[in-house]
Amino acid sequence: MRGRPNLYTSYESESSLLPTGTQKVMTALLLTVAVLLPFNLPIINQLPFIRFVGDADWIRLLIQAVIFAIAALGINLLSGVAGQVSLGHAFFMGVGAYAAVMLGGASSANLWGWGLPMWIWLPGAGVCSALVGIIISPTAVKLRGLYLGIVTIGLVFIGVHLSRVLPKVSGGAEVGRDFPALEFRFWKETDPFIDFDSDGHWLWFDIGKNAKTYLFCLAVLVVLTIASKNIIRTRTGRAFQSIRDRDVAAEVMGVPEARYKMIAFACSSFFAGIAGALFACFVGKLPPETWDLILSVEFIAIILIGGAGTTSGALMGAFFVVLMPRVVEEIAFWMGGQAQSDGSLSGVWDFFVSLGPDDGGIISIQNLAPGFALPVSALDEVIYGVLIVAFLLFEPLGLFGIWVKIRNYWKRWPFSY
Amino acid sequence: MMLTTLLAISAGESFVQTTAKALALGSLYAIVALGFVLVFKATQTVNFAQGALALAGAWFTSLLLVDWDVPGRWFGDAKYLTWITAILAGAGLTAALGLLIERSIIRKMIGEPLFSVAVITLGIEVVIRTVTTDAVGVNSRALNIPWGLDGFRVGAAFIPWGYVACIITAALAFVAMFFFFRSRLGIAMRAVAYDQEAAMAQGISVGKVFAVAWGASAALAAVAGVVGSAAPLGSGIVSVSITGLAFRALPAVILGGLDSVNGALAGGLVIGGAEVYSGEYLSGYTSTLGVGYQLIVPYLVMLIVLLVRPYGLFGTPEIRRV
Repeated sequence: MRGRPNLYTSYESESSLLPTGTQKVMTALLLTVAVLLPFNLPIINQLPFIRFVGDADWIRLLIQAVIFAIAALGINLLSGVAGQVSLGHAFFMGVGAYAAVMLGGASSANLWGWGLPMWIWLPGAGVCSALVGIIISPTAVKLRGLYLGIVTIGLVFIGVHLSRVLPKVSGGAEVGRDFPALEFRFWKETDPFIDFDSDGHWLWFDIGKNAKTYLFCLAVLVVLTIASKNIIRTRTGRAFQSIRDRDVAAEVMGVPEARYKMIAFACSSFFAGIAGALFACFVGKLPPETWDLILSVEFIAIILIGGAGTTSGALMGAFFVVLMPRVVEEIAFWMGGQAQSDGSLSGVWDFFVSLGPDDGGIISIQNLAPGFALPVSALDEVIYGVLIVAFLLFEPLGLFGIWVKIRNYWKRWPFSY
Repeated sequence: MMLTTLLAISAGESFVQTTAKALALGSLYAIVALGFVLVFKATQTVNFAQGALALAGAWFTSLLLVDWDVPGRWFGDAKYLTWITAILAGAGLTAALGLLIERSIIRKMIGEPLFSVAVITLGIEVVIRTVTTDAVGVNSRALNIPWGLDGFRVGAAFIPWGYVACIITAALAFVAMFFFFRSRLGIAMRAVAYDQEAAMAQGISVGKVFAVAWGASAALAAVAGVVGSAAPLGSGIVSVSITGLAFRALPAVILGGLDSVNGALAGGLVIGGAEVYSGEYLSGYTSTLGVGYQLIVPYLVMLIVLLVRPYGLFGTPEIRRV
């Protein structure tokens, strides 16, 4: 049996977390790199791309990607695995964020908050969000497909409006309030035993404040990834999939539709709540308009670009969508630099880059570009839209599908079929 | 002009004024909803790019009118003729954009999950919205509305001509639809909406129906964009916020039922009415309800109606088989 990776002799081995040896090795390697990334270790900081990512500037983006990956796992459970179209994921993230700030935030004359420690407010955020998800879930039984998607759009608008009605929770429209800092306390003592807003020294490593936050979020992500994998590969996940594939048939086979839709909403919004709380507390201060439709669409884009219904796809998609704009920016500024220089190819770059109001070219490296040239921020948006379209057109299984194709190619090599 | 509108008006006249606004906004929503319904009938999916297409249409019209002066150079002083021709030409350009999208992207998605197609339109929306927003730019872009901000008076109630224009446009659009669905092509579209494969087997060109639906809905969006910028949503210049029109009109589409033309009209008027009347008559409670509560009212109405009638007021329930 050894050396035949696709031969399974029991259901346990087939549905185990990491069925093949290669996957175990790859996951271990990936995790090691992910953990060591912020440490500036002698060998790792020489690897070209990783050194790039480990910069203090990039690591904040990486933290955001990790947090978005948590939320993406949630929407993947609901829309990818259980097939319930939801454009309301940002709403559930917002619920999580405001549950966190209610439980953990500082109270003042016009703001509510109980100032509890993180080990209460972080799970609390997830649970509150899950409860709201359970309240919403009966709509999913009543409504199907696009109707459900549009109702969840309504949820986002209603959520943003609620923040205006309840300024004591949200801190007021377009202003927001300070979210609790990420720090470990036993109770309300003044000095936290681990804080995430100053540099520190752990064992024999120096560790920056961003690196600490990153490792903490990574730990949450790992735990929740395993949880999500376990949900998908057990009875609950199979029920989700049967509802996705044909809800009537699922019911005929004895899968209680309403109950499993409720569970799907609860799980999904739990993940969203945790991610929302982490994101808000990581950024520090956010206006309630953050949790809008654009954010929801971003999560749909993440799972579709990554590959709907697959856990690794959701993770890949989150990192791709969050890091991509920054890569585009770097490339655009590099092109701008080349165009301004007097190298032999500067004319080529100048063709694409507009350096001033009278210069042709489709990309502008200035922020407020007069004329038609797209500023870099708009270029990000356009590429993001084009990516959504391109992935759905050419690779409906997303990054995961591309990965499967590459894997199968090398598995069969040198035979083409 | 503005000063006189601030003079005290009686409750009845205020009601007339509010009703006119409700009708105008409702008509605007109905036009956009009609675009949604057309695309849904042909392709079974929702085109979220309607709002972006509306902005594109307004931008095209403004380009034609102001920058290029295309119809104006032939018609000279005939203000209304110039303006209407420019709108039609702008709608034509937008329709061409819609056709391009349909032919290059949507046509290739036949047979894919409907949700994927809906998300593709979200991607298209992002692209068109970003590019047109950048093109419209920070400077206000005129639309040369022939009546400006003028209107007429019923007693002390002031009704801008823009409201009348909205209502007339919607009326024209729905009358045109009435005849369209009785024409050969319209019947073909109804057949496609009923069953794509069966329609194809009858010799109907499904591709042509797709193209017509997308072209027509893009043109409707463009007209809504211009007329909406003129009165209920803007003040006569191309406003970037017109991209939100699609999401503001969604409750109207859902309320009426995604596949019903009559539903689009009814839904548009009900939602427009709900928004405007609640904005007018509950304004005393703004401190409790929150600023801008009237924009949420449509979604609340939609939620309540959907929980009672899951396929809207006039929508066809989906028959679910194993």
